[in-house]
Amino acid sequence: MYTEKEEHHVLKPKSLHSFLAAFAFATGVSTGALAADTITIGVAGAHSGDLASYGLPTVKATELVVNDINEQGGINGMQLKMLAEDDVCKPEIATNTATKLVSENVNVVIGHICSGATKAALPIYRDANIIVMSPSATNPDLTQSGDYPNFYRTIASDDLQARTMVDFVTDKLHAQKVAIIHDKGDYGKGLAEFAKTFIEQAGKIEVVLFEGVTPGAVDYSSVVQKIKRSKADAVIYGGYHPEASKIVSQMRKKRLETAFLGPDGVKDDTFIKVAGANAEGVYATGPADVSQNPLTKKYRQKFIDQEGTDPGAFFNNAVAAALALTSAIEKAGSTDSEAIANALHNETAETPFGAIKFDASGEPIGIGFIMYQVKNGEYVQVQ
Amino acid sequence: MVPGIVAFTGKFFPHSFTLLRNVADIMDFFEPDYFIELLFSGLTKGAIYALIALGYTMVYGIIGLINFAHGEIYMIGAFTALIVSTVLSIYGFPLLAIFILAAVAAVVWASAYGYTIERLAYRPLRNAPRLSPLISAIGMSIFLQNYVLLAQTSDFQPFPALVPDFAFMEPVAHIVGSTDLVILVVSVIVMILLTVMIKFTRTGKAMRATAQDKKMALLVGINVDNVISITFITGSALAAIGGLLIASHVGQINFYIGFIAGIKAFTAAVLGGIGSIPGAVLGSFILGLTESFATGYVSSDYEDVFAFSLLVLILIFRPAGLLGKSTIEKV
Repeated sequence: MYTEKEEHHVLKPKSLHSFLAAFAFATGVSTGALAADTITIGVAGAHSGDLASYGLPTVKATELVVNDINEQGGINGMQLKMLAEDDVCKPEIATNTATKLVSENVNVVIGHICSGATKAALPIYRDANIIVMSPSATNPDLTQSGDYPNFYRTIASDDLQARTMVDFVTDKLHAQKVAIIHDKGDYGKGLAEFAKTFIEQAGKIEVVLFEGVTPGAVDYSSVVQKIKRSKADAVIYGGYHPEASKIVSQMRKKRLETAFLGPDGVKDDTFIKVAGANAEGVYATGPADVSQNPLTKKYRQKFIDQEGTDPGAFFNNAVAAALALTSAIEKAGSTDSEAIANALHNETAETPFGAIKFDASGEPIGIGFIMYQVKNGEYVQVQ
Repeated sequence: MVPGIVAFTGKFFPHSFTLLRNVADIMDFFEPDYFIELLFSGLTKGAIYALIALGYTMVYGIIGLINFAHGEIYMIGAFTALIVSTVLSIYGFPLLAIFILAAVAAVVWASAYGYTIERLAYRPLRNAPRLSPLISAIGMSIFLQNYVLLAQTSDFQPFPALVPDFAFMEPVAHIVGSTDLVILVVSVIVMILLTVMIKFTRTGKAMRATAQDKKMALLVGINVDNVISITFITGSALAAIGGLLIASHVGQINFYIGFIAGIKAFTAAVLGGIGSIPGAVLGSFILGLTESFATGYVSSDYEDVFAFSLLVLILIFRPAGLLGKSTIEKV
């Protein structure tokens, strides 16, 4: 209680300070002692502006987890406190946000929301040796560059779908030759390029065709003939479902039964509706269904009780970040960044996605994509 | 003698053998089966473009207006066919009956749209500067897209295969499908019928007279308004047939399909000489074949680059298009 009051008063004009000091003295509590007894979790992200709907669910998720833990007596006897700072998803503002949080002596940070803002803010946290965990920044570089050892995330990185598809094609389908087709867009082409890189790095199988198609075209039969001539065992497609259903349909019409794999843009019921019988047997990656997980249900219900609406974007990821961080602090028994990092890498935490921990680069183990296949008109998980 | 020559050339031109091997590679590259597959892909594409391009070129030939709403008429034809065929298949009609009734409904409905568009958006602007009806056409196109978006849906809808898989096509199904064959045949038949109509019927004569000189046509007793209406109705009917056949081929429709198909068909019409009926078909086939071979032998990334480079090249040497009549502007 005092903490909260003081927090407010500190921001008020100087005349209040003497009163505050007297108050603190009288109650026998000093600010310094308080700081040692609380763990401050910074929450940074877009809390206003165009992208506020991406950032606000994270604030709410952290608040729910923090209140939950405080009600149960806190972590190792210490109460949790949340400090939210807005970065509007802008890199130039995110550096200010980070500086502010560092100067407020936060112990860990949940955020930022957008990859660009996260990238701008990370060096500031790194220099202050503060652990940062984003529920939503998916840019592969953030972990893979090795520049930010203090960075973790509870969302799969952009290239993970490509990796899931490549692993599946190599290990499960035992394909030797793969054709990669994309729709020339950011999403599709990015994915296709990741898939190509992964296949070439592994060196086990061969990319026999890498082509972009024009979305909206009335006919893809020449590309289909090209796939046929390449003698590919599998087609990896980067793009959305309208083109995927046209290409698959034309492949089947040309009596080409090559396996077809799409990303989550294809794992859409419209795809099955439109491609009909031709959709049968098509593979697509998608996130695992976590709606039945007890933690998912619990926090979703809490959110609905308080806000009256469904939780928004990245809510589960944010709950997972808050739970993973608090559990790591508890297991580490201190707020020392190295101890927390150690716990994050070695101890699992229960989250809406199940038990997760983090690999050396900061990627979550246990949050990712799984393979689905169309069987009898619906997507079922491939065992 | 021959080994001697080979040894001789080998001595002085050590690369001649690799050169020979490269020639063999190139022969392999153009492997005949693959060539034929690409040829038919290109012809199918061309026939699809032709079905839409014919309507473009006809309207342009008669009143000199690029009817940008033509792609939307094609889309509305496809939607009408979808709705009618869905209803009929619920009542268990046989496929042939569904095909015919859906085609009739699409033709009637799309023609009504074509007629109405002309009355509302183009006729009041007939004596306005040339740019005004053009802008009006673009406006009509945007209006119709959004109208269908709101009245129907923004989602892709599955379109039933109204052309069955013919048993006699099975041996060549990997090269050309049944729907492709129907599209090819229909586009050629439509081209012939249109040419005959314009060359030999009274309506056709009236159309040509209107195209040559509207005022003169009026003076000799031709109802120019009616002729223009008939032109729009015919063009829209063609677009509707195209909509039905192409949607059967593609298997899905949404409110936006008319735009890209329309742009490609318009390009084909310009390539062949806008205003010319055989030109539209020729231009469509050239465009389709270029795209197909560019995809097959180079990369589909550059399909459009090749198609439009060809357009530019042809327009440099024949500004009126391949079969277009070059008219001398009187100043």
